[in-house]
Amino acid sequence: MRAYNLTHLRELESESMFVLREVAAQFERPVLLFSGGKDSIVVSHLARKAFWPAPIPFKLMHVDTGHNFSEAIEYRDWWVKEIGATLVVASVQDSIDKGRVVEEKGYNASRNVLQTTTLLDAIEENKFDCAIGGARRDEEKARAKERFFSHRDEFGQWDPKNQRPELWNIFNGRKHIGEHFRVFPISNWTEMDVWQYILLEKIPLPSLYFTHTRKVFMRDGVIYSMSDFMKLKPEEKEQEMVVRFRTVGDMTCTGAVLSEASSVEDIIAEVAAARTTERGSRQDDKRSEAAMEDRKKQGYF
Amino acid sequence: MELLRFTTAGSVDDGKSTLIGRLLYDSKSIFQDQLEAIEHTSRQRGEETVNLALLTDGLRAEREQGITIDVAYRYFATPKRKFIIADTPGHIQYTRNMVTGASTANLAIILVDARNGVVEQTRRHSFIASLLEIPHIVVCINKMDLMNWDEDVFEKIKSDYTSFAAKLDVRDIHFIPISALKGDNVVDPSQNMLWYNGSTLLYLLENIHIASDANHIDARFPVQYVVRPYSDKYHDYRGYAGRIAGGIFRPGDEVEILPSGFSSKIKSIDTFEGPLAEAFPPMSVCITLEDDIDISRGDMIVRKNNKPEMSQDVDMMICWMNDRPLQLNGKYALKHTTRDARCVVKDIKYKMDISTMHRLTDDKNLGRNDIGRITIRTTVPLLFDSYRKNRITGSIILIDEATNETVGAGMIV
Repeated sequence: MRAYNLTHLRELESESMFVLREVAAQFERPVLLFSGGKDSIVVSHLARKAFWPAPIPFKLMHVDTGHNFSEAIEYRDWWVKEIGATLVVASVQDSIDKGRVVEEKGYNASRNVLQTTTLLDAIEENKFDCAIGGARRDEEKARAKERFFSHRDEFGQWDPKNQRPELWNIFNGRKHIGEHFRVFPISNWTEMDVWQYILLEKIPLPSLYFTHTRKVFMRDGVIYSMSDFMKLKPEEKEQEMVVRFRTVGDMTCTGAVLSEASSVEDIIAEVAAARTTERGSRQDDKRSEAAMEDRKKQGYF
Repeated sequence: MELLRFTTAGSVDDGKSTLIGRLLYDSKSIFQDQLEAIEHTSRQRGEETVNLALLTDGLRAEREQGITIDVAYRYFATPKRKFIIADTPGHIQYTRNMVTGASTANLAIILVDARNGVVEQTRRHSFIASLLEIPHIVVCINKMDLMNWDEDVFEKIKSDYTSFAAKLDVRDIHFIPISALKGDNVVDPSQNMLWYNGSTLLYLLENIHIASDANHIDARFPVQYVVRPYSDKYHDYRGYAGRIAGGIFRPGDEVEILPSGFSSKIKSIDTFEGPLAEAFPPMSVCITLEDDIDISRGDMIVRKNNKPEMSQDVDMMICWMNDRPLQLNGKYALKHTTRDARCVVKDIKYKMDISTMHRLTDDKNLGRNDIGRITIRTTVPLLFDSYRKNRITGSIILIDEATNETVGAGMIV
């Protein structure tokens, strides 16, 4: 008798597809938050598989800080076309111009925090009732208790002490008017699962993830890409390094790692040997130990 | 590589967080920055050694109070398997969290403090594990280092547990003497308990047979979403997307659609990669039928000669999860497979004393963390199996219609 079992990647894939179909069935206007990073790329790939041969029944939305890597934007526009999806762009610059938010000042100024307002405004304007994200529970301590279906009140806030219990694979997406949900289809995936799946499915990625020579500078032990958005301090200097990025976020808070990994196989070998979590190179979490929890409560994704 | 989901249960101070920390640490699943963070905190608190329990402390409130208050999910992998741990808290408010963690688990680790033996909490945890039909139970007798690694202590607890567990519906129980603090029999075999010839905890987790945990006999396919491309290429395509909840489906199978009762044949089982020759749990697929029948979300595709029950009256065990107690004659929204309905609570038969496993027929007040047996009547017929037969088609959640909170977890009897 043959054994009827799936590999861990196929089981995770099936679970994520189930979650995405629940979203399409339970919500009127869901949207998939797309950053151009590998996690949201994987989620959009899963969405394509979940509804095939029909197109993905919701739009993709990019919250654009204006501080992007150009490679990420090129990839975004190409990928959206490739999977036959529709893209909405919500711009932080617009929020600044409208006076909704005030830009941070100083050398470490980042638009990371401002994204939250832009995101919540866009959700309200477009009447989205569910925002699908690529967050994983293994990323960070505060995310370990996040539900697949995460309820947000009318202010977009997350209440970690009062989450709905989530049992079996029954997802409760009921809500009052003005409230919305965040749904995380790849909650149960680890960084390694994501990379192994990218390899298995041959999913194309932005070039940033692979080794390249780049003009960079060092600040507080982090390697930053040179960009128009960050001013060098007097003691800092531009240099060239062979690097890649483990995550794709804003240029102002995403650090590079020294790496010669030129293929997904190389990256998997590197991740397997890695001694720091991928968020170790994200400055936004280091501001305080409970940084992520604080931002999530306010509606960060 | 397979995936094993397990849950951990233990009372306060049984060393559960230490055990999980030990599994993560010894299987090299902890990263440098995580280790630095807990080393830093341990030093700040004036602790002598690195407190592995801190690895699994999540939210700020817990860090402040030093207790775990909600289910947290942890991940690690060995070359053999990937593991998902549903880490549930051990204090009083614990039943609803353990039920939540247990609902998706193939295996439960129940921790017993070697100094205390089988206590009330052990019985509660074991009852919940059996109620939730977790197929495998591993009783870890912890803190053996504090009992001089004494074999008699282990054997006594093992025999106490075995005689009490005879009353439970548990199919597969294992016992392991461990010290989570020192690492004995967690990942590496103990040098202090050479009298123990069984496997270490990790070895058991890596090798326990889980492939037959799902129901491969009774074919059940709850329709989740209707796929209609409306494109030139797939003009008349009408597919039924869902996840196989039981049995094995193949093209050509004679099927019946419930609740309508129409018959048809499976034309194809489609995926993005192409059609499949067969589909089994827990695969997510898209099924097409030979005949044009009106089918929508909440319907179920089953084999002709093997049908689930179809009824508006449903008997179940329920774990209550909300501060507002269950109301007799109260109306609730419910979710069962992919079906939404409403129901009224017709009868509360008894409350379960989960420490003694007595049925309290004169106490019918089901508050938060209580478990009892009830009967509901639903607005539309549900298509269900007993929870014992199928954990997917046998489970229900009740929802408060005013607050939309999930208030009850039901297991159909």
